Amino acid sequence: MATSSFDVLVLGGGPAGYPAAIRATQLGLTAAVIERDRLGGVCVNIGCIPTKALLHSAAMANAIRKDAKELGIETGEVKTDYGVAMKRSRRVSEQNSKGVEFLMKKNKVTVIKGTGILTSKNTIAVGSDTYTATRGIVIATGSRTKGIPPVGLTVNGTSVITSDEALFLEAAPKTLAVVGAGAVGSEFADIFNAFGTEVTLIEAMPRVLPVEDAESSDVIAKAFTKRGITVLAGVTVLKADVKDNGVTLHLEVGGKTQTIAAEKVLMAAGRAVNTEAIGLEKVGVKLTDRGFIQIDTATLQTSVPGIYAIGDVAGAPMLAHKGTREGMHVAEVIAGHHPKAIDYTNVPSVTYCHPEVASVGLTEEQVKERGYDYQVGRFPFSANGRARATNETDGFVKIIRDKRYGEILGAHIVGGHASGMIHELILARTNEYTVEEVDLAIHAHPTLSEAIAEAALDSLGRAVHI
Amino acid sequence: MATKIVMEALSPTMEEGRLVEWKKNEGDPVAVGDVLAEVETDKAVMELVARAAGTLIKRLVEDGAIVAVASPVGWIGEAGEAAPGDSAAAPATRAQAVARAAEPTATSVPDGPTESQGEASTAPPGGPAPASQTAYVDRAPRGESQPIPEAAPASAGDDTARVKASPVARRMAADKGVDIASVAGTGPEGRIVKRDIEGASSTPAGMAAAPTGAPIGTAFTDIPLSQMRKAIAKRLVQSIGPIPTYYLTAEVDMERAAEARDVLIAQDEKGKFSFNDVVIRAAAAALRQHAWVNAWWMDDRVRQWQDIHIGVAVAVEDGLITPIVRHADRKTLRAIGAEVRDLASRARDKRLNPGEYTGATFTISNLGMFGIDEFTAVINPPEAAILAVGRIEPKPVVINGEVVVRRRMRLTLSCDHRVIDGATGAAFLKTLVGMLENPLALVW
Repeated sequence: MATSSFDVLVLGGGPAGYPAAIRATQLGLTAAVIERDRLGGVCVNIGCIPTKALLHSAAMANAIRKDAKELGIETGEVKTDYGVAMKRSRRVSEQNSKGVEFLMKKNKVTVIKGTGILTSKNTIAVGSDTYTATRGIVIATGSRTKGIPPVGLTVNGTSVITSDEALFLEAAPKTLAVVGAGAVGSEFADIFNAFGTEVTLIEAMPRVLPVEDAESSDVIAKAFTKRGITVLAGVTVLKADVKDNGVTLHLEVGGKTQTIAAEKVLMAAGRAVNTEAIGLEKVGVKLTDRGFIQIDTATLQTSVPGIYAIGDVAGAPMLAHKGTREGMHVAEVIAGHHPKAIDYTNVPSVTYCHPEVASVGLTEEQVKERGYDYQVGRFPFSANGRARATNETDGFVKIIRDKRYGEILGAHIVGGHASGMIHELILARTNEYTVEEVDLAIHAHPTLSEAIAEAALDSLGRAVHI
Repeated sequence: MATKIVMEALSPTMEEGRLVEWKKNEGDPVAVGDVLAEVETDKAVMELVARAAGTLIKRLVEDGAIVAVASPVGWIGEAGEAAPGDSAAAPATRAQAVARAAEPTATSVPDGPTESQGEASTAPPGGPAPASQTAYVDRAPRGESQPIPEAAPASAGDDTARVKASPVARRMAADKGVDIASVAGTGPEGRIVKRDIEGASSTPAGMAAAPTGAPIGTAFTDIPLSQMRKAIAKRLVQSIGPIPTYYLTAEVDMERAAEARDVLIAQDEKGKFSFNDVVIRAAAAALRQHAWVNAWWMDDRVRQWQDIHIGVAVAVEDGLITPIVRHADRKTLRAIGAEVRDLASRARDKRLNPGEYTGATFTISNLGMFGIDEFTAVINPPEAAILAVGRIEPKPVVINGEVVVRRRMRLTLSCDHRVIDGATGAAFLKTLVGMLENPLALVW
C-alpha cells in the first residue's frame, strides 16, 4: 500500500484526460493520469483513429472500383479483405497509443495503470494504493457503447455487436444491419459496404445524420443508396429475434411493418457515460437528469469543489476534440489561470464517410427556429474545377449568413475533403468574421476551398462561378 | 517568462495616464490583482493592478510619468530575472514621444515575451480612436449587401489608436449605436467581441464595463422613427445645428417643498438633503410619466430608457463632471441626498469610477448656489433633455387675489426637438412643477 501526492490527478487517459495532464505539467504542476486500459482511450484505440484507417481502405477500394478505368489504370477484379484492413487499423492505433505514452514521459506525467475510485474529495484509490490530489481531481472517464435491451438488442458480441467488436472482425459479414445513422453508424455502413457486405442502415429520426443540416443528410442518403446501402429513416425497431448466427429485426417504417434478416446487427444508437463505480456518489458529485456529470461550464468544476469533469462524462457533444479543449481548459483553471470560456457553439462536427460531412454552428432548421433573418449561400463541388479534376464532385459548401450583421450562423460542407476544409469556417466563426472577410481572403486556384469563398459570395447574392 | 505591465485604458476616453505613484517596489512579490500603482486618468485616479503573478522586476517609469495607453510601464517576472530588453524598453512617455519625433532612427518598443498571450496578458491597447470611431457611429444602418466599411480601424498603423474588435462586433455596435471605442473587450488580448456589444447594448453608450460601477438599468424600448419624426429631425437640424434645442421655462412655488424639507430635516438632522435633491427626486418621478423625455437620440431611432438614471452636474476644480444617481425614482430623498454628497465629494477628488459618471438618461444642472435666477443648460448627447435649475428666492406673487411673498424657483428645460416636441416638453415640465408644488405627490 503506497500513497503519493500530485497537484492534479486525472482519472482517464483518453483525448480529454491526457491533454489535461500535459497542460498541467506545462503550467508547472505535477500530474498523474490513472488509466485502466490503454492510453488514448476509445478515440485512439477503438474509436476515431482505427475507424479512419478502415475508412481509408474503403475509400480506396471505392475509388479504384469507380474511377480506375476512367483514370487510365488497369486493375483487373478488385478484391477486398477486411481482416487485412483490420490488422492495419490495429497497427495505426498501436502507434498512436505508443505516441501518447511517449508524450506522457516527455511531459513528466506519471501514468498509473489500474481502475481508480474516488475515496474522498481529494483522494483516488487504485487497488490498494491511494493517491492524493493537492489542487484538483479531473474526471475524464469517457463513455462506452450500448445496446437497446428493451427491444431485445442486448449486445452479445457475436450477432449483436458494437463498434468495439466490429473493429476486430477477421472478415466482413455477408449482411449487416446498422442501428443508428449518426456519425458512427454511417461510417461503419460506409466501411462494410466497401468490403462487400450487404448493409441496411436504420435510423429512428426522419433522416440519416440527424444532427446535420437536412441538405447534408440528403447528399449522404443518395450517395449511400447509389453504392447499394439500403437506407431506412424514420424507423422504429419493434422487436429483435436474436440468434447466435443471425438476427431478424421487426421494424415499423412509415406506418408499415417490415422485417430484415442480417448476419449481424451493429448498434450505433448513442453511448453510455462511465459514471458508475468510480465513487461519485460517495463524494457527492451530482449528475444531470441526462446522466452526465453536472459541471459549471466556465470552470468545469463539478458540484464538489476541487473535482472537475471533462470530455464525454461532462456532457454533449460527445466528441474527442470537445474533450481535448476541456482538458486544456481545466488544467489552466486548476493552475489558477483564467482561461477564456470554451465556446460550445463552435464545436465542429464531422462524419468521415464518403463524401465527408463537416459542420459548425447552426443548421438551417435551427436558424429558422431561432427567428434569424438569414440568407443561405451554396456552392456545389460540381461547379468547382479542382473537384472535377479529381472526380469528387459530390457535395457542396453551404453558408448561412445572418442578414443583419453578416455573421456566419452555420457552415456545412459535404465533400471528399470536408473534414479539413471546415476549419476555415471554424476560424471565421471563432473570430466573428463575416462572409465578407471570408471572401476578402484570397483563395488559391484551383482548390476545393474556392467553393467556400463562392458560397460566401453566394450568401451575398454575388457568386462568380455559378 | 516575464510579463509586461502596460498602461491600461482605465476610462472610456483615456488616451494617456499619469502614473501618480508606484505601490510596489522592484523586487516586491506580486499576486494577480495586486495594486501596482495609482494612475490618474482624464476623469479619476484609479488603480493599475497586476495581471500576472511573480515579482515586480522592473519599473520602466518614475512616479509622475505620463504614459500613453498600452505603453509598457514595467515587468513582472521571476525573482532575479532580468527585464526583457531592459534598457531599450523605454515607454512612450510624452517627453520621449517628442524626442522620438526628432530622432527618426530611434528603435521602437520591443514586445516582451509573454507566455501564452491569452491568459498572462496585458491590457487591451484599446485607446479611443476618434477618427475611425466616428466612421462607424456616423454610418447609416447597414443595408443588405453593403460591403464592409473601408475605413476599418484595423488598417490604422498606430497601435494605440486601434480598437481591436471583431467584424461582427463592429457591425453590431454600429447598428445599436454603441460607441465601440468605449467598450471593454473580453476576447483574446482584450479584443471586443459580439458578447461585449450585446452587453453594452443594454447599457448606455460610452459606458465601459465598469470595474466597480453600480448596476446599470437593462431595459429600454427602441422606437423606430416615423416619417414625420424623420422629417422633423431633418428640417430642424438644417435650421439650427446638430442638436436642435429649444427651451421651456417655468417658475415653481417652492413654499410647500421648503416646509416639507424643514420638517423632515428637523426630524432627523443626519438625513439632510438639499433642494436640488428634491428636484432630482421630483424629476425622476415625473420622467416615469414622460418616457419621451427619459430618452436618447440614436440617429436612426429614439431609445426610451425604462430605468431612470439622473446625471447631476458637479463643478470640479478644472471642469465639470456629471455623476449619476441611478434609479433615482426608486430612492428616498435621504438616500439621494447621501448619494449625491458622496458622489460630488469623490468627483472633486477625482475618485469616481467610469461607471459612476457615464450612462445618464437625463441630467440636472443647478446654478442656484451662484445666485443665478435662470439659465439654459447645454444638452449632453445622446440625452434628449437637460434641466437647468435656478436659485430659490422670495418673491411677491398674487394668490387668491392677494399679494403674498413666496419662495420661488425657475426651471428651464432644454429639449432636443428631434425627440421632444414642444407640447411633450411642456407636459413634462407641468408634471414636474406640480410635483414640486405638491410634494405629497412624491409620496403617493
